Amino acid sequence: MKKVQFGPSWTPYLLLAPQLIIVALFFLWPAGEALRSSFYLEDPFFGNATFVGFDNYVDSTSAADYGRSAQFTAVFTVSICVISLGIALALAVSADAVLRGKSPYKTALMWVYAIAPPVAGLIGVMMFDQHIGPLSDFARWLGWEMQVGVSYFDTAVAMITVAAWKQIPVNFIFFLSGLQGIPNSLREAAAIDCRSPARRFWTVVFPLLAPTSFFLLVINITYAFFETFGVIDVMLKGEPGNNPVTLVYKVFLDGFRGQDLGGSSAQSVILMIAVFALTIVQFRLIERRVHYS
Amino acid sequence: MTALADPLAPAPAAPAAARPVNRARRRAQILHHIVLIFGVLLMCGPMVVTFMSSTWDPVVIHSEGLQLGYGGKFLETYETVLLKGGGFTGEITGTLMLWNSVLLGLGFAIGKIVISMLAAYAIVYFRFPFASLAFWVIFATLLLPLEVRILPSYEVVQRLGMLNSWSGLILPLIASATATFFFRQFFRSIPDELLEAARIDGAGPFRFFVDILAPLSKTMMAAIFIIMFVVGWNQYLWPALMTTDESMFTIVRGIRQILQVWIGANIPDYNQALALAILAMAPPALVVLVFQRMFIKGLVETEK
Repeated sequence: MKKVQFGPSWTPYLLLAPQLIIVALFFLWPAGEALRSSFYLEDPFFGNATFVGFDNYVDSTSAADYGRSAQFTAVFTVSICVISLGIALALAVSADAVLRGKSPYKTALMWVYAIAPPVAGLIGVMMFDQHIGPLSDFARWLGWEMQVGVSYFDTAVAMITVAAWKQIPVNFIFFLSGLQGIPNSLREAAAIDCRSPARRFWTVVFPLLAPTSFFLLVINITYAFFETFGVIDVMLKGEPGNNPVTLVYKVFLDGFRGQDLGGSSAQSVILMIAVFALTIVQFRLIERRVHYS
Repeated sequence: MTALADPLAPAPAAPAAARPVNRARRRAQILHHIVLIFGVLLMCGPMVVTFMSSTWDPVVIHSEGLQLGYGGKFLETYETVLLKGGGFTGEITGTLMLWNSVLLGLGFAIGKIVISMLAAYAIVYFRFPFASLAFWVIFATLLLPLEVRILPSYEVVQRLGMLNSWSGLILPLIASATATFFFRQFFRSIPDELLEAARIDGAGPFRFFVDILAPLSKTMMAAIFIIMFVVGWNQYLWPALMTTDESMFTIVRGIRQILQVWIGANIPDYNQALALAILAMAPPALVVLVFQRMFIKGLVETEK
Protein backbone atom coordinates (compact mmCIF):
# COMPACT_ATOMS: atom_id res chain seq x y z
CA MET A 1 0.00 0.00 0.00
CA LYS A 2 0.94 3.62 -0.40
CA LYS A 3 2.72 5.37 2.43
CA VAL A 4 0.90 8.60 1.73
CA GLN A 5 -2.86 8.40 1.65
CA PHE A 6 -5.86 10.60 2.17
CA GLY A 7 -7.15 10.43 5.72
CA PRO A 8 -10.45 8.89 6.78
CA SER A 9 -13.56 10.48 5.32
CA TRP A 10 -16.71 9.37 3.54
CA THR A 11 -15.13 9.84 0.12
CA PRO A 12 -13.70 6.32 -0.33
CA TYR A 13 -17.07 4.75 0.45
CA LEU A 14 -18.68 6.93 -2.16
CA LEU A 15 -16.03 5.94 -4.70
CA LEU A 16 -16.42 2.27 -3.94
CA ALA A 17 -20.21 2.34 -3.88
CA PRO A 18 -20.92 1.76 -7.60
CA GLN A 19 -18.68 -1.26 -7.89
CA LEU A 20 -19.69 -2.74 -4.56
CA ILE A 21 -23.38 -2.39 -5.32
CA ILE A 22 -22.97 -4.08 -8.68
CA VAL A 23 -20.85 -6.83 -7.16
CA ALA A 24 -23.34 -7.40 -4.37
CA LEU A 25 -26.37 -7.49 -6.66
CA PHE A 26 -25.00 -9.38 -9.62
CA PHE A 27 -22.26 -11.46 -8.10
CA LEU A 28 -22.66 -12.15 -4.40
CA TRP A 29 -26.40 -12.64 -4.53
CA PRO A 30 -26.38 -15.07 -7.49
CA ALA A 31 -23.34 -16.90 -6.13
CA GLY A 32 -25.08 -17.27 -2.76
CA GLU A 33 -28.21 -18.47 -4.54
CA ALA A 34 -26.17 -21.07 -6.41
CA LEU A 35 -24.62 -22.30 -3.19
CA ARG A 36 -27.97 -22.40 -1.41
CA SER A 37 -29.94 -24.11 -4.15
CA SER A 38 -27.22 -26.70 -4.58
CA PHE A 39 -28.42 -28.14 -1.27
CA TYR A 40 -32.11 -28.00 -2.12
CA LEU A 41 -34.42 -29.92 -4.37
CA GLU A 42 -36.55 -27.29 -6.04
CA ASP A 43 -39.76 -27.68 -7.89
CA PRO A 44 -39.49 -25.45 -10.94
CA PHE A 45 -43.22 -24.97 -11.23
CA PHE A 46 -44.37 -24.41 -7.67
CA GLY A 47 -41.20 -23.11 -6.08
CA ASN A 48 -41.25 -25.51 -3.14
CA ALA A 49 -37.78 -26.41 -1.94
CA THR A 50 -36.71 -29.25 0.30
CA PHE A 51 -33.31 -29.49 1.90
CA VAL A 52 -31.51 -32.53 0.54
CA GLY A 53 -27.94 -32.07 1.77
CA PHE A 54 -25.35 -33.27 -0.70
CA ASP A 55 -27.83 -35.28 -2.77
CA ASN A 56 -27.61 -32.90 -5.71
CA TYR A 57 -23.83 -33.24 -5.77
CA VAL A 58 -23.98 -37.01 -5.60
CA ASP A 59 -26.78 -37.33 -8.13
CA SER A 60 -25.39 -35.01 -10.74
CA THR A 61 -21.79 -36.20 -10.55
CA SER A 62 -22.69 -39.88 -10.56
CA ALA A 63 -24.89 -39.56 -13.67
CA ALA A 64 -23.37 -41.25 -16.70
CA ASP A 65 -23.45 -38.13 -18.83
CA TYR A 66 -21.53 -36.18 -16.19
CA GLY A 67 -18.63 -38.60 -16.43
CA ARG A 68 -18.75 -38.41 -20.20
CA SER A 69 -18.83 -34.64 -20.10
CA ALA A 70 -15.96 -34.48 -17.58
CA GLN A 71 -13.94 -36.78 -19.78
CA PHE A 72 -14.65 -34.70 -22.84
CA THR A 73 -13.79 -31.49 -20.96
CA ALA A 74 -10.42 -32.97 -20.03
CA VAL A 75 -9.66 -34.05 -23.60
CA PHE A 76 -10.96 -30.77 -24.96
CA THR A 77 -8.85 -28.69 -22.58
CA VAL A 78 -5.66 -30.66 -23.08
CA SER A 79 -6.08 -30.65 -26.87
CA ILE A 80 -6.68 -26.91 -26.98
CA CYS A 81 -3.61 -26.25 -24.84
CA VAL A 82 -1.34 -28.54 -26.85
CA ILE A 83 -2.52 -27.51 -30.31
CA SER A 84 -2.96 -23.82 -29.69
CA LEU A 85 0.17 -23.28 -27.60
CA GLY A 86 2.25 -25.43 -29.94
CA ILE A 87 1.25 -23.62 -33.12
CA ALA A 88 1.44 -20.22 -31.46
CA LEU A 89 4.93 -20.90 -30.13
CA ALA A 90 6.17 -22.01 -33.53
CA LEU A 91 4.68 -18.91 -35.14
CA ALA A 92 6.06 -16.59 -32.46
CA VAL A 93 9.56 -18.01 -32.77
CA SER A 94 9.47 -17.52 -36.53
CA ALA A 95 8.00 -14.03 -36.30
CA ASP A 96 10.63 -13.09 -33.75
CA ALA A 97 13.44 -14.46 -35.92
CA VAL A 98 12.30 -12.90 -39.17
CA LEU A 99 11.91 -9.24 -38.39
CA ARG A 100 11.95 -9.24 -34.64
CA GLY A 101 8.17 -9.17 -34.80
CA LYS A 102 7.64 -5.81 -36.47
CA SER A 103 6.01 -7.21 -39.52
CA PRO A 104 2.77 -7.60 -41.39
CA TYR A 105 2.94 -11.21 -40.28
CA LYS A 106 2.24 -10.12 -36.75
CA THR A 107 -0.86 -8.19 -37.78
CA ALA A 108 -2.16 -11.02 -39.93
CA LEU A 109 -1.68 -13.52 -37.15
CA MET A 110 -3.20 -11.57 -34.27
CA TRP A 111 -6.34 -9.95 -35.60
CA VAL A 112 -8.39 -13.12 -35.28
CA TYR A 113 -8.39 -12.31 -31.56
CA ALA A 114 -11.22 -9.89 -32.29
CA ILE A 115 -13.57 -12.57 -33.57
CA ALA A 116 -16.29 -13.65 -31.16
CA PRO A 117 -16.31 -17.37 -30.26
CA PRO A 118 -19.82 -17.89 -31.68
CA VAL A 119 -18.74 -16.28 -34.96
CA ALA A 120 -15.77 -18.64 -35.05
CA GLY A 121 -18.26 -21.40 -34.32
CA LEU A 122 -20.43 -20.37 -37.26
CA ILE A 123 -17.45 -20.35 -39.59
CA GLY A 124 -16.52 -23.75 -38.19
CA VAL A 125 -20.01 -25.08 -38.86
CA MET A 126 -19.66 -23.97 -42.49
CA MET A 127 -16.12 -25.31 -42.89
CA PHE A 128 -17.09 -28.69 -41.51
CA ASP A 129 -20.50 -28.85 -43.17
CA GLN A 130 -21.12 -32.21 -44.80
CA HIS A 131 -22.23 -30.67 -48.09
CA ILE A 132 -20.47 -27.35 -48.47
CA GLY A 133 -17.47 -27.50 -46.12
CA PRO A 134 -13.98 -27.59 -47.62
CA LEU A 135 -12.64 -29.27 -44.49
CA SER A 136 -15.07 -32.17 -44.80
CA ASP A 137 -14.12 -32.37 -48.46
CA PHE A 138 -10.52 -32.65 -47.38
CA ALA A 139 -11.40 -35.33 -44.81
CA ARG A 140 -13.34 -37.21 -47.48
CA TRP A 141 -10.31 -37.06 -49.72
CA LEU A 142 -8.39 -38.73 -46.92
CA GLY A 143 -11.13 -41.35 -46.76
CA TRP A 144 -12.86 -40.00 -43.67
CA GLU A 145 -16.56 -39.27 -44.02
CA MET A 146 -17.02 -36.53 -41.39
CA GLN A 147 -20.47 -36.14 -39.88
CA VAL A 148 -20.25 -33.16 -37.59
CA GLY A 149 -23.32 -32.91 -35.39
CA VAL A 150 -24.13 -36.59 -35.85
CA SER A 151 -21.01 -38.48 -34.91
CA TYR A 152 -19.70 -37.85 -31.39
CA PHE A 153 -16.08 -38.16 -32.41
CA ASP A 154 -16.34 -35.98 -35.52
CA THR A 155 -18.15 -33.24 -33.63
CA ALA A 156 -15.46 -33.34 -30.95
CA VAL A 157 -12.72 -33.00 -33.57
CA ALA A 158 -14.47 -30.05 -35.22
CA MET A 159 -15.07 -28.30 -31.88
CA ILE A 160 -11.48 -28.75 -30.77
CA THR A 161 -10.20 -27.48 -34.11
CA VAL A 162 -12.29 -24.32 -34.00
CA ALA A 163 -11.69 -23.63 -30.31
CA ALA A 164 -7.93 -24.15 -30.58
CA TRP A 165 -7.73 -22.05 -33.73
CA LYS A 166 -9.54 -19.16 -32.06
CA GLN A 167 -7.05 -19.16 -29.18
CA ILE A 168 -3.89 -19.07 -31.32
CA PRO A 169 -3.68 -15.23 -31.56
CA VAL A 170 -3.68 -14.65 -27.79
CA ASN A 171 -0.97 -17.25 -27.27
CA PHE A 172 0.98 -15.84 -30.21
CA ILE A 173 0.87 -12.28 -28.82
CA PHE A 174 2.09 -13.38 -25.39
CA PHE A 175 4.80 -15.68 -26.71
CA LEU A 176 6.04 -13.01 -29.08
CA SER A 177 6.10 -10.38 -26.36
CA GLY A 178 7.89 -12.87 -24.11
CA LEU A 179 10.48 -13.57 -26.80
CA GLN A 180 11.03 -9.92 -27.46
CA GLY A 181 11.61 -9.36 -23.77
CA ILE A 182 14.71 -11.54 -23.88
CA PRO A 183 17.73 -9.22 -23.86
CA ASN A 184 19.94 -9.21 -26.93
CA SER A 185 23.07 -9.65 -24.85
CA LEU A 186 21.74 -12.98 -23.64
CA ARG A 187 21.02 -14.19 -27.15
CA GLU A 188 24.45 -13.16 -28.35
CA ALA A 189 26.13 -14.90 -25.47
CA ALA A 190 24.11 -18.02 -26.24
CA ALA A 191 25.04 -17.78 -29.91
CA ILE A 192 28.74 -17.85 -29.02
CA ASP A 193 28.34 -20.81 -26.67
CA CYS A 194 26.11 -22.92 -28.80
CA ARG A 195 26.11 -23.22 -32.57
CA SER A 196 22.96 -25.24 -33.09
CA PRO A 197 19.94 -22.92 -33.17
CA ALA A 198 17.61 -25.72 -32.14
CA ARG A 199 19.67 -26.55 -29.06
CA ARG A 200 20.05 -22.89 -28.28
CA PHE A 201 16.28 -22.53 -28.36
CA TRP A 202 15.58 -25.43 -26.01
CA THR A 203 18.38 -24.75 -23.55
CA VAL A 204 18.38 -20.94 -23.41
CA VAL A 205 15.29 -19.35 -24.93
CA PHE A 206 12.62 -21.83 -23.90
CA PRO A 207 13.49 -21.85 -20.17
CA LEU A 208 13.30 -18.06 -20.25
CA LEU A 209 9.80 -18.38 -21.71
CA ALA A 210 8.72 -20.72 -18.92
CA PRO A 211 6.85 -18.06 -16.87
CA THR A 212 4.97 -16.96 -20.00
CA SER A 213 4.16 -20.57 -20.84
CA PHE A 214 2.83 -21.38 -17.38
CA PHE A 215 0.78 -18.23 -17.38
CA LEU A 216 -0.61 -19.04 -20.82
CA LEU A 217 -1.43 -22.55 -19.68
CA VAL A 218 -3.71 -21.13 -16.99
CA ILE A 219 -5.24 -18.69 -19.48
CA ASN A 220 -5.86 -21.51 -21.95
CA ILE A 221 -7.46 -23.76 -19.36
CA THR A 222 -9.77 -20.92 -18.33
CA TYR A 223 -10.54 -20.31 -21.98
CA ALA A 224 -11.30 -23.97 -22.68
CA PHE A 225 -13.61 -24.11 -19.69
CA PHE A 226 -15.56 -20.91 -20.01
CA GLU A 227 -14.98 -18.90 -23.13
CA THR A 228 -15.64 -21.74 -25.54
CA PHE A 229 -19.31 -21.63 -24.66
CA GLY A 230 -20.16 -19.71 -27.84
CA VAL A 231 -18.17 -22.08 -30.05
CA ILE A 232 -19.92 -25.10 -28.58
CA ASP A 233 -23.39 -23.61 -28.59
CA VAL A 234 -23.20 -22.57 -32.23
CA MET A 235 -21.52 -25.73 -33.43
CA LEU A 236 -24.21 -27.83 -31.76
CA LYS A 237 -26.82 -25.53 -33.29
CA GLY A 238 -28.57 -25.55 -29.93
CA GLU A 239 -29.26 -29.28 -30.28
CA PRO A 240 -26.88 -31.12 -27.96
CA GLY A 241 -28.42 -34.57 -28.64
CA ASN A 242 -25.71 -37.14 -28.37
CA ASN A 243 -22.88 -34.68 -28.96
CA PRO A 244 -19.96 -33.86 -26.69
CA VAL A 245 -20.47 -30.98 -24.26
CA THR A 246 -18.13 -29.43 -21.70
CA LEU A 247 -18.98 -29.22 -18.01
CA VAL A 248 -19.75 -25.51 -18.24
CA TYR A 249 -22.11 -26.10 -21.12
CA LYS A 250 -23.76 -28.84 -19.10
CA VAL A 251 -24.43 -26.43 -16.23
CA PHE A 252 -26.33 -24.32 -18.73
CA LEU A 253 -28.12 -27.28 -20.29
CA ASP A 254 -29.25 -28.81 -17.01
CA GLY A 255 -30.28 -25.46 -15.60
CA PHE A 256 -32.13 -23.94 -18.54
CA ARG A 257 -33.22 -26.91 -20.60
CA GLY A 258 -33.47 -29.56 -17.92
CA GLN A 259 -34.91 -27.20 -15.30
CA ASP A 260 -32.79 -29.07 -12.75
CA LEU A 261 -31.94 -26.14 -10.54
CA GLY A 262 -30.31 -28.06 -7.70
CA GLY A 263 -28.19 -30.27 -9.95
CA SER A 264 -27.11 -27.34 -12.10
CA SER A 265 -26.17 -25.33 -9.00
CA ALA A 266 -24.21 -28.23 -7.53
CA GLN A 267 -22.24 -28.44 -10.78
CA SER A 268 -21.66 -24.68 -10.62
CA VAL A 269 -20.23 -24.99 -7.13
CA ILE A 270 -17.91 -27.79 -8.22
CA LEU A 271 -16.66 -25.61 -11.09
CA MET A 272 -16.35 -22.71 -8.68
CA ILE A 273 -13.91 -24.76 -6.62
CA ALA A 274 -11.98 -25.65 -9.78
CA VAL A 275 -11.69 -21.99 -10.77
CA PHE A 276 -10.64 -21.12 -7.26
CA ALA A 277 -7.77 -23.62 -7.48
CA LEU A 278 -6.77 -22.27 -10.88
CA THR A 279 -6.79 -18.70 -9.60
CA ILE A 280 -4.51 -19.61 -6.73
CA VAL A 281 -2.06 -21.19 -9.15
CA GLN A 282 -2.28 -18.10 -11.33
CA PHE A 283 -1.53 -15.84 -8.39
CA ARG A 284 1.45 -17.83 -7.33
CA LEU A 285 2.76 -17.26 -10.83
CA ILE A 286 2.10 -13.55 -10.77
CA GLU A 287 3.98 -13.24 -7.50
CA ARG A 288 6.91 -15.02 -9.12
CA ARG A 289 6.88 -12.72 -12.11
CA VAL A 290 6.86 -9.69 -9.87
CA HIS A 291 9.75 -10.97 -7.77
CA TYR A 292 12.11 -12.20 -10.41
CA SER A 293 11.55 -10.12 -13.47
CA MET B 1 11.32 -29.72 -40.99
CA THR B 2 14.85 -29.46 -42.30
CA ALA B 3 13.78 -31.76 -45.09
CA LEU B 4 11.38 -29.04 -46.10
CA ALA B 5 14.07 -26.41 -46.28
CA ASP B 6 16.67 -28.42 -48.17
CA PRO B 7 15.16 -28.40 -51.66
CA LEU B 8 14.48 -24.68 -51.28
CA ALA B 9 17.93 -23.69 -50.15
CA PRO B 10 19.50 -23.33 -53.60
CA ALA B 11 16.74 -20.98 -54.73
CA PRO B 12 18.23 -17.71 -53.39
CA ALA B 13 21.40 -18.57 -55.36
CA ALA B 14 23.91 -17.98 -52.62
CA PRO B 15 27.36 -17.20 -53.97
CA ALA B 16 29.64 -20.22 -53.81
CA ALA B 17 32.10 -18.28 -51.73
CA ALA B 18 29.56 -17.43 -49.01
CA ARG B 19 30.47 -18.74 -45.61
CA PRO B 20 28.47 -21.79 -44.50
CA VAL B 21 27.18 -19.88 -41.46
CA ASN B 22 25.51 -17.32 -43.68
CA ARG B 23 23.98 -20.01 -45.83
CA ALA B 24 22.62 -21.77 -42.78
CA ARG B 25 21.15 -18.52 -41.53
CA ARG B 26 19.56 -17.87 -44.86
CA ARG B 27 18.09 -21.33 -44.92
CA ALA B 28 16.69 -20.78 -41.43
CA GLN B 29 15.16 -17.49 -42.53
CA ILE B 30 13.40 -19.18 -45.43
CA LEU B 31 12.10 -21.84 -43.09
CA HIS B 32 10.77 -19.16 -40.77
CA HIS B 33 9.00 -17.46 -43.66
CA ILE B 34 7.42 -20.75 -44.67
CA VAL B 35 6.15 -21.31 -41.13
CA LEU B 36 4.73 -17.78 -41.03
CA ILE B 37 3.05 -18.03 -44.41
CA PHE B 38 1.49 -21.29 -43.30
CA GLY B 39 0.32 -19.48 -40.14
CA VAL B 40 -1.18 -16.60 -42.08
CA LEU B 41 -3.06 -19.04 -44.31
CA LEU B 42 -4.29 -20.87 -41.24
CA MET B 43 -5.53 -17.73 -39.51
CA CYS B 44 -6.75 -15.67 -42.47
CA GLY B 45 -7.78 -18.40 -44.91
CA PRO B 46 -11.12 -19.14 -43.23
CA MET B 47 -11.95 -15.42 -43.22
CA VAL B 48 -11.22 -15.11 -46.92
CA VAL B 49 -13.42 -18.11 -47.66
CA THR B 50 -16.16 -16.66 -45.45
CA PHE B 51 -16.08 -13.31 -47.18
CA MET B 52 -15.83 -14.66 -50.70
CA SER B 53 -18.61 -17.18 -50.16
CA SER B 54 -20.87 -14.45 -48.83
CA THR B 55 -20.82 -12.87 -52.28
CA TRP B 56 -22.22 -15.96 -54.01
CA ASP B 57 -25.72 -17.18 -54.62
CA PRO B 58 -26.79 -19.68 -51.93
CA VAL B 59 -27.78 -22.19 -54.61
CA VAL B 60 -24.22 -22.20 -55.96
CA ILE B 61 -22.83 -22.64 -52.46
CA HIS B 62 -25.27 -25.43 -51.82
CA SER B 63 -24.27 -27.39 -54.89
CA GLU B 64 -20.58 -26.54 -55.15
CA GLY B 65 -19.53 -25.78 -51.60
CA LEU B 66 -17.83 -22.70 -50.14
CA GLN B 67 -16.03 -20.49 -52.64
CA LEU B 68 -12.60 -18.92 -52.85
CA GLY B 69 -13.34 -16.52 -55.70
CA TYR B 70 -15.46 -13.39 -55.76
CA GLY B 71 -19.11 -14.15 -56.59
CA GLY B 72 -20.27 -10.68 -57.60
CA LYS B 73 -23.28 -10.49 -55.31
CA PHE B 74 -21.63 -8.42 -52.61
CA LEU B 75 -24.00 -5.45 -52.75
CA GLU B 76 -27.23 -7.44 -52.92
CA THR B 77 -26.34 -9.72 -50.04
CA TYR B 78 -25.06 -7.05 -47.70
CA GLU B 79 -27.92 -4.74 -48.54
CA THR B 80 -30.40 -7.44 -47.64
CA VAL B 81 -28.66 -8.31 -44.41
CA LEU B 82 -28.17 -4.69 -43.36
CA LEU B 83 -31.44 -3.15 -44.38
CA LYS B 84 -34.16 -5.75 -44.74
CA GLY B 85 -35.89 -7.30 -41.79
CA GLY B 86 -37.17 -10.83 -41.90
CA GLY B 87 -35.27 -13.86 -43.09
CA PHE B 88 -32.94 -15.04 -40.43
CA THR B 89 -33.81 -12.75 -37.64
CA GLY B 90 -37.46 -11.87 -37.97
CA GLU B 91 -38.06 -8.15 -37.92
CA ILE B 92 -34.71 -6.75 -36.91
CA THR B 93 -32.21 -5.54 -39.52
CA GLY B 94 -28.45 -5.94 -39.51
CA THR B 95 -27.98 -2.20 -39.06
CA LEU B 96 -29.98 -2.20 -35.86
CA MET B 97 -28.09 -5.22 -34.56
CA LEU B 98 -24.80 -3.50 -35.31
CA TRP B 99 -26.01 -0.42 -33.48
CA ASN B 100 -27.02 -2.53 -30.48
CA SER B 101 -23.58 -4.12 -30.50
CA VAL B 102 -21.96 -0.68 -30.51
CA LEU B 103 -24.10 0.29 -27.50
CA LEU B 104 -23.19 -2.89 -25.66
CA GLY B 105 -19.49 -2.53 -26.47
CA LEU B 106 -19.38 1.12 -25.42
CA GLY B 107 -21.56 0.66 -22.35
CA PHE B 108 -19.52 -2.29 -21.22
CA ALA B 109 -16.14 -0.61 -21.78
CA ILE B 110 -17.04 2.79 -20.34
CA GLY B 111 -18.99 1.33 -17.42
CA LYS B 112 -16.18 -0.96 -16.52
CA ILE B 113 -13.51 1.73 -16.71
CA VAL B 114 -15.50 4.23 -14.66
CA ILE B 115 -16.50 1.97 -11.79
CA SER B 116 -13.17 0.22 -11.60
CA MET B 117 -11.11 3.41 -11.66
CA LEU B 118 -13.16 4.89 -8.84
CA ALA B 119 -12.94 1.72 -6.79
CA ALA B 120 -9.21 1.33 -7.37
CA TYR B 121 -8.67 4.99 -6.46
CA ALA B 122 -10.47 4.45 -3.15
CA ILE B 123 -8.54 1.28 -2.37
CA VAL B 124 -5.10 2.66 -3.16
CA TYR B 125 -5.29 6.29 -2.06
CA PHE B 126 -7.46 6.26 1.05
CA ARG B 127 -6.92 4.96 4.52
CA PHE B 128 -10.23 3.67 5.87
CA PRO B 129 -11.56 0.71 7.79
CA PHE B 130 -12.73 -2.21 5.63
CA ALA B 131 -10.43 -1.19 2.77
CA SER B 132 -8.96 -4.64 2.43
CA LEU B 133 -12.35 -6.25 2.93
CA ALA B 134 -13.71 -4.18 0.04
CA PHE B 135 -10.77 -5.22 -2.07
CA TRP B 136 -11.30 -8.92 -1.38
CA VAL B 137 -15.03 -8.72 -2.05
CA ILE B 138 -14.38 -7.15 -5.44
CA PHE B 139 -11.53 -9.48 -6.06
CA ALA B 140 -13.69 -12.55 -5.36
CA THR B 141 -15.57 -11.91 -8.62
CA LEU B 142 -12.55 -13.22 -10.50
CA LEU B 143 -13.24 -16.61 -8.98
CA LEU B 144 -16.60 -17.20 -10.56
CA PRO B 145 -17.15 -16.29 -14.21
CA LEU B 146 -20.65 -15.44 -15.33
CA GLU B 147 -20.90 -18.68 -17.28
CA VAL B 148 -20.84 -20.67 -14.06
CA ARG B 149 -23.41 -18.66 -12.16
CA ILE B 150 -25.57 -18.03 -15.18
CA LEU B 151 -28.86 -19.46 -13.92
CA PRO B 152 -28.96 -17.68 -10.53
CA SER B 153 -27.79 -14.45 -12.23
CA TYR B 154 -30.65 -14.75 -14.65
CA GLU B 155 -33.09 -15.24 -11.79
CA VAL B 156 -31.77 -12.23 -9.91
CA VAL B 157 -32.09 -10.01 -12.95
CA GLN B 158 -35.56 -11.38 -13.57
CA ARG B 159 -36.58 -10.68 -9.98
CA LEU B 160 -35.29 -7.12 -10.32
CA GLY B 161 -37.45 -6.75 -13.43
CA MET B 162 -34.42 -5.97 -15.59
CA LEU B 163 -34.88 -8.52 -18.37
CA ASN B 164 -34.74 -6.92 -21.82
CA SER B 165 -33.20 -3.74 -20.49
CA TRP B 166 -29.80 -2.21 -21.15
CA SER B 167 -28.95 -1.99 -17.47
CA GLY B 168 -29.87 -5.64 -16.98
CA LEU B 169 -27.70 -6.52 -19.95
CA ILE B 170 -24.63 -4.48 -19.06
CA LEU B 171 -24.43 -4.29 -15.26
CA PRO B 172 -24.04 -8.02 -14.52
CA LEU B 173 -21.33 -8.18 -17.16
CA ILE B 174 -19.26 -5.46 -15.52
CA ALA B 175 -19.46 -7.06 -12.07
CA SER B 176 -15.99 -8.47 -12.49
CA ALA B 177 -12.74 -7.27 -11.06
CA THR B 178 -10.34 -7.54 -13.98
CA ALA B 179 -10.14 -3.81 -14.65
CA THR B 180 -10.22 -2.86 -10.96
CA PHE B 181 -7.32 -5.13 -10.29
CA PHE B 182 -5.40 -3.66 -13.17
CA PHE B 183 -5.98 -0.02 -12.15
CA ARG B 184 -4.99 -0.91 -8.60
CA GLN B 185 -1.66 -2.21 -9.86
CA PHE B 186 -1.18 0.83 -12.03
CA PHE B 187 -2.01 3.35 -9.29
CA ARG B 188 0.37 1.62 -6.93
CA SER B 189 3.19 2.09 -9.43
CA ILE B 190 2.69 5.87 -9.43
CA PRO B 191 5.28 7.57 -7.17
CA ASP B 192 4.07 8.70 -3.74
CA GLU B 193 5.72 12.09 -4.23
CA LEU B 194 2.95 13.12 -6.60
CA LEU B 195 0.32 12.89 -3.92
CA GLU B 196 2.60 14.59 -1.39
CA ALA B 197 3.22 17.47 -3.75
CA ALA B 198 -0.45 17.73 -4.62
CA ARG B 199 -1.41 17.85 -0.96
CA ILE B 200 1.18 20.53 -0.23
CA ASP B 201 -0.47 22.51 -3.00
CA GLY B 202 -3.76 22.01 -1.22
CA ALA B 203 -5.40 19.59 -3.65
CA GLY B 204 -8.21 17.45 -2.27
CA PRO B 205 -9.13 13.95 -3.44
CA PHE B 206 -11.28 15.24 -6.30
CA ARG B 207 -8.65 17.64 -7.66
CA PHE B 208 -5.90 15.06 -7.37
CA PHE B 209 -7.94 12.54 -9.33
CA VAL B 210 -9.01 14.91 -12.07
CA ASP B 211 -5.81 16.91 -12.49
CA ILE B 212 -3.13 14.31 -11.86
CA LEU B 213 -4.30 10.71 -11.77
CA ALA B 214 -6.70 10.74 -14.72
CA PRO B 215 -4.22 12.41 -17.12
CA LEU B 216 -1.51 9.97 -16.03
CA SER B 217 -3.83 7.04 -16.71
CA LYS B 218 -4.78 8.14 -20.22
CA THR B 219 -2.82 5.52 -22.12
CA MET B 220 -3.88 2.80 -19.74
CA MET B 221 -7.50 3.84 -20.03
CA ALA B 222 -7.28 3.77 -23.81
CA ALA B 223 -5.65 0.34 -23.82
CA ILE B 224 -8.27 -1.09 -21.48
CA PHE B 225 -11.03 0.57 -23.45
CA ILE B 226 -9.97 -1.20 -26.64
CA ILE B 227 -9.83 -4.60 -24.98
CA MET B 228 -13.12 -4.10 -23.18
CA PHE B 229 -14.90 -2.84 -26.25
CA VAL B 230 -13.97 -6.02 -28.10
CA VAL B 231 -14.91 -8.18 -25.10
CA GLY B 232 -18.23 -6.38 -24.73
CA TRP B 233 -19.01 -6.58 -28.44
CA ASN B 234 -18.32 -10.31 -28.41
CA GLN B 235 -20.62 -11.17 -25.49
CA TYR B 236 -22.86 -14.04 -26.41
CA LEU B 237 -24.36 -16.17 -23.65
CA TRP B 238 -25.63 -13.41 -21.41
CA PRO B 239 -27.28 -11.38 -24.20
CA ALA B 240 -28.73 -14.62 -25.60
CA LEU B 241 -30.53 -15.28 -22.33
CA MET B 242 -31.31 -11.73 -21.32
CA THR B 243 -32.69 -10.28 -24.52
CA THR B 244 -35.71 -12.04 -25.88
CA ASP B 245 -36.91 -8.79 -27.38
CA GLU B 246 -35.62 -8.74 -30.94
CA SER B 247 -35.11 -4.99 -31.01
CA MET B 248 -32.31 -5.47 -28.46
CA PHE B 249 -30.45 -8.22 -30.31
CA THR B 250 -26.77 -7.60 -30.85
CA ILE B 251 -25.17 -8.93 -33.99
CA VAL B 252 -23.31 -11.67 -32.13
CA ARG B 253 -26.60 -12.65 -30.49
CA GLY B 254 -28.09 -12.69 -33.97
CA ILE B 255 -25.74 -15.52 -34.92
CA ARG B 256 -27.70 -17.80 -32.60
CA GLN B 257 -30.90 -16.90 -34.40
CA ILE B 258 -29.44 -17.83 -37.76
CA LEU B 259 -29.04 -21.41 -36.69
CA GLN B 260 -32.61 -21.68 -35.46
CA VAL B 261 -33.87 -20.87 -38.93
CA TRP B 262 -31.18 -22.95 -40.56
CA ILE B 263 -32.32 -26.30 -39.28
CA GLY B 264 -35.63 -26.35 -41.10
CA ALA B 265 -34.53 -24.69 -44.32
CA ASN B 266 -34.25 -26.51 -47.62
CA ILE B 267 -31.42 -24.43 -49.02
CA PRO B 268 -30.34 -22.15 -46.18
CA ASP B 269 -29.27 -18.61 -47.10
CA TYR B 270 -25.63 -19.43 -46.60
CA ASN B 271 -24.56 -16.15 -48.13
CA GLN B 272 -26.57 -14.10 -45.63
CA ALA B 273 -25.33 -16.12 -42.68
CA LEU B 274 -21.74 -15.61 -43.82
CA ALA B 275 -22.35 -11.92 -44.46
CA LEU B 276 -23.68 -11.62 -40.90
CA ALA B 277 -20.53 -13.32 -39.62
CA ILE B 278 -18.40 -10.83 -41.58
CA LEU B 279 -20.40 -7.90 -40.21
CA ALA B 280 -20.10 -9.27 -36.68
CA MET B 281 -16.33 -9.56 -36.89
CA ALA B 282 -15.47 -6.46 -38.92
CA PRO B 283 -15.88 -3.70 -36.29
CA PRO B 284 -13.91 -5.35 -33.45
CA ALA B 285 -11.30 -6.50 -35.96
CA LEU B 286 -10.95 -2.95 -37.25
CA VAL B 287 -10.56 -1.62 -33.72
CA VAL B 288 -7.83 -4.17 -33.03
CA LEU B 289 -6.05 -3.44 -36.32
CA VAL B 290 -6.19 0.35 -36.06
CA PHE B 291 -5.10 0.45 -32.42
CA GLN B 292 -2.82 -2.54 -32.70
CA ARG B 293 -0.04 -1.29 -30.45
CA MET B 294 -2.35 -0.07 -27.76
CA PHE B 295 -4.34 -3.27 -27.98
CA ILE B 296 -1.27 -5.43 -27.44
CA LYS B 297 -0.17 -3.24 -24.57
CA GLY B 298 -3.59 -3.51 -22.96
CA LEU B 299 -3.75 -7.25 -23.44
CA VAL B 300 -0.30 -7.98 -22.10
CA GLU B 301 -0.67 -5.55 -19.20
CA THR B 302 -4.16 -6.50 -18.04
CA GLU B 303 -3.74 -10.22 -18.19
CA LYS B 304 -0.55 -10.54 -16.26
